Amino acid sequence: MSSLTVTGVTRSFPSTAPGRAATRAVDDVTLHVPHGSFTTVLGPSGCGKTTLLRLVAGFLQPESGSIAFGDEVVAGDGVRPMPPQTRRVGYVPQEGALFPHLDVAANIAFGLPRAARAAGGGDRVAEMLDLVELPADFRDRRPDELSGGQQQRVALARSLAPQPALVLLDEPFSSLDAGLRGSTARAVRRALQATNTTAVLVTHDQNEALSLADQVAVMRAGRLVQSAPPSEVYLSPTDPAVAEFVGRAVVLPGTADAAHATCALGEVVLTEPTEGPVSLMIRPEQVHVDLSHTAGDKVIGVRGTVEEVSYYGHDCAVQVRLDEGTSVLARMSGVLHPAAGDRVHLRVTGLVRAYHPTEAL
Amino acid sequence: MPLAYVASYVVIIGPVDLWHLLARPRIGELLRNTITLALACMASTAVLGVALAVLVERTDLPGRRLWHGLLVAPLAVPAFVNGYAWVSLDRSVHGFGGAFGVVTLSYYPLVYLPVVAMLRRLDPALEESAWSLGHSRVRTFGTVVLPQLRPALLGGALLVGLHLLAEFGALSLLRFPTFTTAIYDQYGSTFNGAAATAMAGVLVLLCLFLLLAELRMRGNRRYSRVGRGASRGTVPLPLGPWRWPLLATAGSVVVLAVGVPAFSLARWLVVGTSTEFPLGELGSALAATVVLALAGAVVTTLAAVPVVWLAVRHRGWASTVIERSTYVANALPGIVVGLALVVASLRLVPVVYQTAGLLVAAYAILFLPRAVVTVRAGLEQAPAVLDDVAHSLGAGPLATARRVTLPLIAPSLGAGAALVFLAISTELTATLMLSPIGTRTLATEFWSASSELRYGAAAPYALLLVLVSIPATVLLMRQESLSREGVPA
Repeated sequence: MSSLTVTGVTRSFPSTAPGRAATRAVDDVTLHVPHGSFTTVLGPSGCGKTTLLRLVAGFLQPESGSIAFGDEVVAGDGVRPMPPQTRRVGYVPQEGALFPHLDVAANIAFGLPRAARAAGGGDRVAEMLDLVELPADFRDRRPDELSGGQQQRVALARSLAPQPALVLLDEPFSSLDAGLRGSTARAVRRALQATNTTAVLVTHDQNEALSLADQVAVMRAGRLVQSAPPSEVYLSPTDPAVAEFVGRAVVLPGTADAAHATCALGEVVLTEPTEGPVSLMIRPEQVHVDLSHTAGDKVIGVRGTVEEVSYYGHDCAVQVRLDEGTSVLARMSGVLHPAAGDRVHLRVTGLVRAYHPTEAL
Repeated sequence: MPLAYVASYVVIIGPVDLWHLLARPRIGELLRNTITLALACMASTAVLGVALAVLVERTDLPGRRLWHGLLVAPLAVPAFVNGYAWVSLDRSVHGFGGAFGVVTLSYYPLVYLPVVAMLRRLDPALEESAWSLGHSRVRTFGTVVLPQLRPALLGGALLVGLHLLAEFGALSLLRFPTFTTAIYDQYGSTFNGAAATAMAGVLVLLCLFLLLAELRMRGNRRYSRVGRGASRGTVPLPLGPWRWPLLATAGSVVVLAVGVPAFSLARWLVVGTSTEFPLGELGSALAATVVLALAGAVVTTLAAVPVVWLAVRHRGWASTVIERSTYVANALPGIVVGLALVVASLRLVPVVYQTAGLLVAAYAILFLPRAVVTVRAGLEQAPAVLDDVAHSLGAGPLATARRVTLPLIAPSLGAGAALVFLAISTELTATLMLSPIGTRTLATEFWSASSELRYGAAAPYALLLVLVSIPATVLLMRQESLSREGVPA
């Protein structure tokens, strides 16, 4: 077991169309994953996150920069790259990719030494099945007799069996349906924690990235734009684009004056004091919706009209057109909710992150 | 390579001589014969194939499953055996009419099968929407179903055309001269290499034309592919009073296509065994066939592996060209490959002429496409991500090949070799031209007996040829259904 350090790694691919410049799939990425921790790499499809994973696994070599496990450099820095089969990296691809000609036990035992394999994998297979919370009698099943979630668990067991230094998971849950996705993801996380394994999971699903990880690394167009604990990425994203990728966001122009700023939603309190014209990032659940129809003196906030309500049961998303013309999104409890056409008052609760125009992409 | 031979030959003899060789009334007659027969047979197999497919798949014809099996059965009878069966029963079956009838009966399953497959895959919702929009069932068939059948129908008909251009045995027995039989006659009687090659050039051009047409069809077929919705069956069309006449029609097709050859074979077997039953010769022919077919199967399958590996794992224009060029061989008649190898070996390395090695090489050229299709389907079951996983689990390239790739593609290697084995066993033309002196296979023995009108003596060989063809037919049909599961055919 060890930590993973990626330093200034770049990798480009020749463009498929002749005459075009090569595209940089991974562009000067630096990332540290501490020993025993779980990092998710989050980004839209095509942002280079899978390429980053394949670089770490050793299926691809970086053009510049270096990759180190603990203190040992495995690629880059003039070191002859270590081939994947000696890196001791567990790899769980999309859809599991179990060996279709082997049963579950033989799949899990694949990476064990020859002697252990000859003994049918022995206790290690049983131990691994237990770790990924599958019944012991699954060992004789064929991969096509397993559901998608079970296949993913076996794939994880297979990657963990040889006690790898690091486990890489490439969108492992994307082919599962919503219900199975959550339970499989939690089982995987428990198995990784139980073995204290360093893990990197690549995903384009914000909920998955935020709920599983100790650290979220956000990638965009080959670059790593932010790596931080999940709450920091959500509440204090580096720029408005990250904010809008990690959950819904209302971005409004405003004017900052020390600890406060004014915008279409009135006066808000800033996370850090600043001055001048700014973009304000407000999460929809920070927008408080006041339903009181009698516009009495005690109601404070900005007036607007409800345009659309998306009701989800546990909560609802309310699109409100402010009287001065701006449209904003608010998220509120599903217990008491307005209807389209209702007049409401809006105000902002909690701290708001402000961006100077240079920061806003 | 045979293609290069024909092309280079045409260049060597020059356009003037070539014109003299080709601009003869005989060539014109051959060209007319070949093209009219090809067009007539393509049309007749198309009509028969579609009609039977619709009858079996979309109506309440009694015993539809049984009919399907019976209607596919002619595939197991090599066309030259079918020709023998007819001509030995009735001498009047010959010329254009005879060739047309026998070829249609032998080849209509080539249209029938893809059309049936397409009918099964069509989403019934499309037809249902057409009905709900006020179209009658008959009109729906014309406006909705038939256009969707077009790729399968045309593809099948073009395949019939390719088979017909390469067909030698049946047409020779039925005494209907086409390019293929004329090339053989030229080669056999006068050893007139130049004339034979010039004619082979024309034949190759015709084949390439059909191949290009077929490739275009395949390209279109991808777009017309319907998603996997067709799990619901359609409501069969009630035939009403037409039921019995149509049943009789299907029955008569089966009688003509399967019953007649079976009857003829049985009759000659009975007659033949009373006169001569050369068990020893039969055994040695069988042994020679098995040895040659085994060697050919192994060589062809091994040759297919690198082609497939390049095409699947290292996609690029070069690997695509290599893979596609093997498909050109698909359109090369055995006669052209045979002729090319005879002349090329005599010119370049006379030592190999009339050796088993040269014959095996001809088999490899002829049947490489079949092995490539099968092995390719297997390798695509073993995606590269499995190699990645194996590497990450500590297995090096060799260990990965041994523990992952080989076990996964082994069944398809076996199936490919079996297919080639069976195809070689019933191959006639190239075997006749290239087999070493003294080597007698089932096909050549059958041929020498039946072309000398010793029909009784030919019968046991014909029976063995049919028996060998049955498993090949079953395998091919299974491969068809496999390749439909998403592997591009």
